[in-house]
Amino acid sequence: MERDNIVVRFCGDSGDGMQLTGGLFSSLSAILGNEISTLPDFPAEIRAPQGTLGGVSGFQVNVGKGVFTPGDKADVIVAMNAAALKVCALGSKFNRQGATYNEADALFKSNAVVIVDTDSFTDADLKKALYTTDNPFTELGFPESVQVVPVALTNLTKEALKDSGMDNKAVLKSRNMFALGVVCWLFDRPIDKAIHFLEGKFAKKPALIAPNVKVLTDGYNYGQNLALSINQIRLTPATEQEHGTYTSIAGNKATAWGLIAAAERAGKRLFLGSYPITPATDIMHELASRKDMNVMVVQAEDEIAGVCTAIGASFAGDLACTSTSGPGLSLKSEGIGLAVMAELPLVVIDVQRGGPSTGLPTKTEQTDLMQAIYGRNGECPLVVLAASTPANCFDFAYEACKIALENMTPVILMTDTYLANGSSLWRIPQLAELPQIKPQGVPEELKGKYNPALRDENGVRYNAIPGMEGFQYRNIGLERDAEKGSISTNPENHQKMILARQAKVDQVADRIPEATVWGNAESDTLLVGFGSTEGHLKAAAKELDCALLQLNYICPLQRNVGDILRSYKRVIVCELNSGQLAAYLRSQVPNVTLLQYNQMTAQPFQVEEIVEYIKGL
Amino acid sequence: MTAQDYKSDQYVRFCPGCGDHAICAALQKAMAQIGVPPHQIAVISGIGCSSRMPHYLNTYGFNTIHGRGGAVATGVKTSHPELTVWQMSGDGDCLAIGGNHFIHEIRRNVDLNICMFNNRIYGLTKGQYSPTSPKGFVSKSSPFGTVERPFIPAQLVLGAGGTFFARTLDVDMPTTVDCMVQAHAHKGASVIECLVNCVIFNNGTHEWIANREQRAEHSIILKHGEKMIFGANRDKGLAVEIDPQTFVPKMIVVPADDPRVLVHDAHQQDPTLHRLLALMGQDRFTDVADANTESNLPVALGVIRSVEAETYDEAVNRQISDVREKAKAKTFDELTQTLERWEM
Repeated sequence: MERDNIVVRFCGDSGDGMQLTGGLFSSLSAILGNEISTLPDFPAEIRAPQGTLGGVSGFQVNVGKGVFTPGDKADVIVAMNAAALKVCALGSKFNRQGATYNEADALFKSNAVVIVDTDSFTDADLKKALYTTDNPFTELGFPESVQVVPVALTNLTKEALKDSGMDNKAVLKSRNMFALGVVCWLFDRPIDKAIHFLEGKFAKKPALIAPNVKVLTDGYNYGQNLALSINQIRLTPATEQEHGTYTSIAGNKATAWGLIAAAERAGKRLFLGSYPITPATDIMHELASRKDMNVMVVQAEDEIAGVCTAIGASFAGDLACTSTSGPGLSLKSEGIGLAVMAELPLVVIDVQRGGPSTGLPTKTEQTDLMQAIYGRNGECPLVVLAASTPANCFDFAYEACKIALENMTPVILMTDTYLANGSSLWRIPQLAELPQIKPQGVPEELKGKYNPALRDENGVRYNAIPGMEGFQYRNIGLERDAEKGSISTNPENHQKMILARQAKVDQVADRIPEATVWGNAESDTLLVGFGSTEGHLKAAAKELDCALLQLNYICPLQRNVGDILRSYKRVIVCELNSGQLAAYLRSQVPNVTLLQYNQMTAQPFQVEEIVEYIKGL
Repeated sequence: MTAQDYKSDQYVRFCPGCGDHAICAALQKAMAQIGVPPHQIAVISGIGCSSRMPHYLNTYGFNTIHGRGGAVATGVKTSHPELTVWQMSGDGDCLAIGGNHFIHEIRRNVDLNICMFNNRIYGLTKGQYSPTSPKGFVSKSSPFGTVERPFIPAQLVLGAGGTFFARTLDVDMPTTVDCMVQAHAHKGASVIECLVNCVIFNNGTHEWIANREQRAEHSIILKHGEKMIFGANRDKGLAVEIDPQTFVPKMIVVPADDPRVLVHDAHQQDPTLHRLLALMGQDRFTDVADANTESNLPVALGVIRSVEAETYDEAVNRQISDVREKAKAKTFDELTQTLERWEM
């Protein structure tokens, strides 16, 4: 069977290693020339009781060609236990008593292949997963079109490792490799490549390599024996990839690396002040481990100190950043306002999650847009960017640094849980091919005459750095005199300074590329989105044969956004909130009628739902 | 270098008679004595009367937001340890809104010189009680007297593992300058509690020791290696007495020639004695009912504690250079070579 792309979901207990298994399969597919898009789906609990519905952890990947999203629903499911099977079959209705399979709710299609570990369906297992009968498939009302592949994963793994001398617990931990072996066979992935990857993964625990390779190989061979009951799937390799060196990268890591690249290109040291918060913490983890790149990380005492230590480092001349999520962004508001007033470069990364308040820390949402644009006291303009794929988190983290350093302004970069944890293919750039970064400095002739109100021809204030002789100055969060740079309460001066700070942010629009429309530009329908919905909206636009404007530059908007919006008969703004982008666009682009498609489930869009909605308009 | 080299061209806007004028002059004098050139100094402040200080100094300065001076200063010093960093703050800025940053900069032992101006009142917001106002203190926001216990700053500093604590008085210029010079010499978070008078909203709050007639009797200026002697006639000394039943130690006043008179050791790692010294006379300032306590213990001024410990800024920077020394990849292009990568 030959397919363009296929969606696989690995699903099991938190401790079953589903993220590792899914990650290995994704990387393996990428190396074989497929596009990939992944979606890890963790339970909120760190360790829920084993075998329970609350402890089910999933990893979904879409592989093949023309891959925009991790896919709405899986074609292949690997369910490591009875709880995982139930969650996949019932989706969000998994804890509703008497619920049965319904394609709309389920995580897999009605013609999916479902590989299950038949050894984990004992009475105790069924009880833990709240089954009421001893036949889970009947109880869940599986349609006949679902192809169930029962595999005695546990016993086969035990058999594979019977001579290894490993204890039972360690043996059971390797079940995921047997499942991966079966899936590798199913997709005709060469086993030697998989083994190579596995060796890389366990490089630091060499004792684990041999047993895992054994289980993986046995799983693969077991698959070959299945050949009578199930067809192998061959994926069409991607053809549209730009030539180059690739890797698979998650959004948070790409963000961290974008900051590292920008610091080196700008000739600055990278400083991160941060406080742990889901789902942003991996950015701090990555940067804390990158001391080899001269990165300084201060794990601050709170979110406020995260941004304020960064402001201190920026004042002292570093490329300074802080990473957080929505609740942390609220706490940082006053600090960000200080950076606006002090006109210091600062990069704030907001990895959005479900809100308000503590909300849904592990889920995805685009509900911080208004907070990013406006969420401070006073007239407080800054630059807002949004990354739209895991890989381009690198590009926009880099761009955020460039804009901040060159324009003496804070920049908020918005990503979200979906981008942060998901991964995609990334063409690895050479540093020299990235745009130049020229941090704003101060002309030598201002020595002895410098003050922080002096601006260049673009309205960007000159920046002196402590240590420079003859440029000593006092920075402030108070209003400053537009000529002398000292404290001022003069009414006309205040208005003048508000306009100067706004003009400085506005002129950034002259330094960024114009917006482009994707898809069928000749259509009369335009979808508009921002940030992480790019993949879903591309898939929807393709299916609808319409145009898509996906914004990465939110504030300021690109110069031609108004013209684009006005040139379509029907414009639908699609976002994972109640209409924040639509409201913002209405305020920025006069005389434009915008329709809205809004989803507030703290989940990514479902492409089919968007398509249905727009067809029904 | 002279004090003049550290003065900015800004008009000093403290109220006439405010103790902050004296601290400002002392700081300029101390900076000249220390000799670090103005362009290698950064003075960071939060919000409050004390936080206006950077404007009056010809150094780099940053007057930030309320309570956050400590966090900003931590960022400046950690990222650029070659700079000399001063933090100017008050009892509200440091102990109320910025309390978290204050205890953590001390815990980490960031090499900062922190002047905490304690006037026991919120001056810039026109007269509300502060975390150091004595219990029962009547102010605009406590018209019937406060019902809460105040902080004793020394206790907070020592509790957070402070390596340097000094106390000075606005009207005692030599002690103030000396404390500042020693704070700079000490590597780590050096806290100077500057007792300042708010002439408008809390006039006379430190009168018991500020009064010229009584100062010698009511305060002692501690100097490392010197006997703890005080009094107008230098006839009194300090000793420790341990209660035989409870083993609780307490300071007592003895004649200056008593063999029990202690010699001040600011470098002693154990903070027990430093705490006893720092708490002397503090009961007068913790409850208005105790303002006229019978206690004859003097208030300790000067450097009470100054011990060595690794600083955060040094340790962080050293860890980076150690890792870099051994690292194979030191640039972005080298780093990407370490990835699992393939050609397409």
